[in-house]
Amino acid sequence: MTALQVIFLATAAMILFSAWMVVTRRNLVHAALYLVLTLFGVAVLFVLLEATFLAVVQVLIYIGAIAILMIFAIMLTRRVASDDTVVANHNAGWAAMLAVLVFSSLVIIMGAWSQFTTFASPLTRPGVPSNELGQEIVAELGQSLVDPDAYVIPFEVASVLLLAALIGAIVVAWQKDK
Amino acid sequence: MIPLSWYLILAAGLFSVGLYGVLSRKNAVGILMGIELMLNAANINLVAFWRYVDSDSIAGQAFAIIVFAVAAAEVAVGLALVISVYRLRKTVAADEIDMLKW
Repeated sequence: MTALQVIFLATAAMILFSAWMVVTRRNLVHAALYLVLTLFGVAVLFVLLEATFLAVVQVLIYIGAIAILMIFAIMLTRRVASDDTVVANHNAGWAAMLAVLVFSSLVIIMGAWSQFTTFASPLTRPGVPSNELGQEIVAELGQSLVDPDAYVIPFEVASVLLLAALIGAIVVAWQKDK
Repeated sequence: MIPLSWYLILAAGLFSVGLYGVLSRKNAVGILMGIELMLNAANINLVAFWRYVDSDSIAGQAFAIIVFAVAAAEVAVGLALVISVYRLRKTVAADEIDMLKW
């Protein structure tokens, strides 16, 4: 077993354990902290996959913004969140069965795919030395997001979506004067 | 060397745990956390497919960035709804929020 495999297996175990804790902890603040651990494990996976920019974005946006927003919401609704004596609703048995079914059918369907156990070929870009490859990939990603021949339309739609979500969140959570 | 199958199986497991959380959690914020787990599982798959199958282009990473933006929008609106419902009904338990149920 190589060092990379050991790192992957340790990270995978951490991700699955903390994800299980997220969905089963009674105290929601603990669940949110386990969510931070899960998201951090996913950032480690992005590093293993040589998507370093995405790893940084994962830490900034998911841990820095989304998880903190979750903790704020838990605190604003805290009285109910802390004395939530029953974690799961009466559908928990069906939910567990459905989750196991989805997992096993996903693995069976993907296992039939010919490239399921493929290995990664080294990341290369023509004419770029290997020590500048990371910068080249980030530059390529940035250019593709504003390139009319690539993904400028999804990028602009995403920015409009974020603006609409921002205004919508303010409107929904606005406390009208009595 | 890590085969692609390890990433795919891990992502399938993470997705299933998130699905269980969405379906079984009583608290609305807990449901949103389950959705975040599922979106992260999808992102692992996108980046793994980019690295193993299509690393000559940048499409997988660009798609993952769009998923980040959608997740941020979703959680902002979702938490605003939770806070608004809490203010009206003094509860965030999903099975007690049944104003639309006739």
